[in-house]
Amino acid sequence: MAHAPDHASERPAILDKVRPAELPRSPLILNHRGFHWITDKVCGIVEEPTPLWWKVTFCVALFIASFTFIGLTYLVSTGTGTWGLRSPVGWGWAIVNFVFWVGIGHAGTLISAILCLLRQKWRTSINRAAEAMTIFAVMCAGLFPLFHVGRVWFGWWLFPIPNQNGIWPQFRSPLEWDVFAVSTYFTVSALFWYMGMIPDLGAIRDRATTWWRKTFYGLLAMGWRNGNRQWSNFEMAYLLLAGLSTPLVLSVHTIVSFDFAVSNVPGWHTTIFPPYFVAGAIFSGFAMVLTLMLPLRAIYRLHDVINQYHIDNMCKIILATGTMVGYAYATEFFIAAYSGNAFEKFAFVNRAFGQYAWAYWIMVSCNVITPQLFWFKKVRENHALVWIICLFVNVGMWFERFVITVTSLANDYLPSSWGYYSPTIVDIFTFFGTFGFFSVLFLLFVRFLPLLPMAEVKMVTPQADPHAH
Amino acid sequence: MNERNERIHGVACTFRQPAAVFRAAEQVRDAGWTKWDVHTPFPIHGMDQAMGLPRSPVPRLTLLGGVTGFVTGCLLTWYTNAFDYPLVVGGKPFWSVIFPFPVLYECTILFAAFGTFFGQFIFNRLPRHHHPLFDLPQFARVSDDTFMIVLEASDPRFHVDESRNFLQSLGGSEITIVRD
Repeated sequence: MAHAPDHASERPAILDKVRPAELPRSPLILNHRGFHWITDKVCGIVEEPTPLWWKVTFCVALFIASFTFIGLTYLVSTGTGTWGLRSPVGWGWAIVNFVFWVGIGHAGTLISAILCLLRQKWRTSINRAAEAMTIFAVMCAGLFPLFHVGRVWFGWWLFPIPNQNGIWPQFRSPLEWDVFAVSTYFTVSALFWYMGMIPDLGAIRDRATTWWRKTFYGLLAMGWRNGNRQWSNFEMAYLLLAGLSTPLVLSVHTIVSFDFAVSNVPGWHTTIFPPYFVAGAIFSGFAMVLTLMLPLRAIYRLHDVINQYHIDNMCKIILATGTMVGYAYATEFFIAAYSGNAFEKFAFVNRAFGQYAWAYWIMVSCNVITPQLFWFKKVRENHALVWIICLFVNVGMWFERFVITVTSLANDYLPSSWGYYSPTIVDIFTFFGTFGFFSVLFLLFVRFLPLLPMAEVKMVTPQADPHAH
Repeated sequence: MNERNERIHGVACTFRQPAAVFRAAEQVRDAGWTKWDVHTPFPIHGMDQAMGLPRSPVPRLTLLGGVTGFVTGCLLTWYTNAFDYPLVVGGKPFWSVIFPFPVLYECTILFAAFGTFFGQFIFNRLPRHHHPLFDLPQFARVSDDTFMIVLEASDPRFHVDESRNFLQSLGGSEITIVRD
């Protein structure tokens, strides 16, 4: 470049006449909604009398949650033998459900942290609900390893707390790394969620008319006054928490994948696991965000704040991550064939054509084939179809974890120790109930906390720009 | 400060548009005020410069938290697995920076997040559930769609009548004295 002839740097005269094409950006908020409309809309959800649909759904969710309660009570009073776990499959639905729920949480952090760092303004409309989803999903996830330890009253032995036996957790084990990863993830997500909510809690406090609302939101808002000296620290803290959550979310599912990858079971002992797990987690999480947000958008008429542009973006992320997951499935097969390792080769042929082939093909059709429909604009604009595709993705991602966990354990090295795993009714009750537990928490969030980050949504409207007029 | 200012917190006025409050803030800054604030429903882009605020000190506590977390993680894993109860597992060393790295990494992030979270509260002087501004009826609209400038009585430039006139000249409406 240094020796380029002089005439090459001369600017052709035509360039001065060329103007960059003006590509209008898709508006984030439709119908030119103002600040007051946004406040009314979001606070209105909290302030209106409890709607009938909420009461009905809440009761149904409580009923479903009771299945987990019954399942766990029976488990604790009888023993972990009531789960379908026996040699050679010592990790069954419990770990499958754990990875499934933790994975769902990841989209919330992706939206709140990574998209914040990437200055994706569309994230503001779905940010708060997605973060709530993260926290509740991690709570559901935590139940399974906690009760899997068997004697749940010794669950605190997972943490380095001095006990009467004088022993400590063993930090060379990936399971112990997981304890730290998941508990850090839960704590940091909760801090980030709550801190982001403070200005909005203040907004509800300022409109409060009843005593209990003034007290409840007043206490939670911590005396927030919207001063710019406060905003300055708040925004800095928000940015830093986003910066901290980004490596955190990537590390959490990496460490979850280490639970598998650090062992030497065929089909698990692969270096592709961390990126493959993270892509899958984001894939399933976005599907869950859409599963939750599409009905809420319809119920609360949020079409101006969560518009087709938001839905398009989420569908495209599902498409991208779903394709990555499909690519990872193919890579696994290639590496197994290329490795020349007979056990590794067998593990993958067995996945696709062995005794769990039915699960494998459910996984492939839900995760690889279904999201490809999102290439089509017509599909992305048909919200009922989007919702159904997202359900398929959720099912597919659950089966992915099932395939990984169970096929490798059921048929590992010695054919004499092979087996076939099936869950028991206790397994099924416990897992089914977590959907109720999750829904109970999410419904409480929808009813009592600001569903959308008002301040952030106002910030991305065109009239918020002080230099606009 | 004269005697009759003792029970006065300051003078407040409101604006309807972000652009108006932005221009007014620049003028207050240029007039040399130090004890004052702009209250807005959302953070206005560039307002820190318009007010002449320094960079937020929150990152210092984030760094402090992160360093504390890393050191805590090192000490925790070393004390438990190499000092208090050394145990041979998988032929690995009793302590190295490699095998407990996920733990050190998570501790670093956890403590840095605590530093950030509490740093925000510390530097914002929160929680503080009572403040003279909460007595103003128009202050309730600040979290909705109204913008407010408050000149505080603790500023050496503060004088009730002059400050009111100053706010008027900036184009503010609903000029009110805030009582302590």
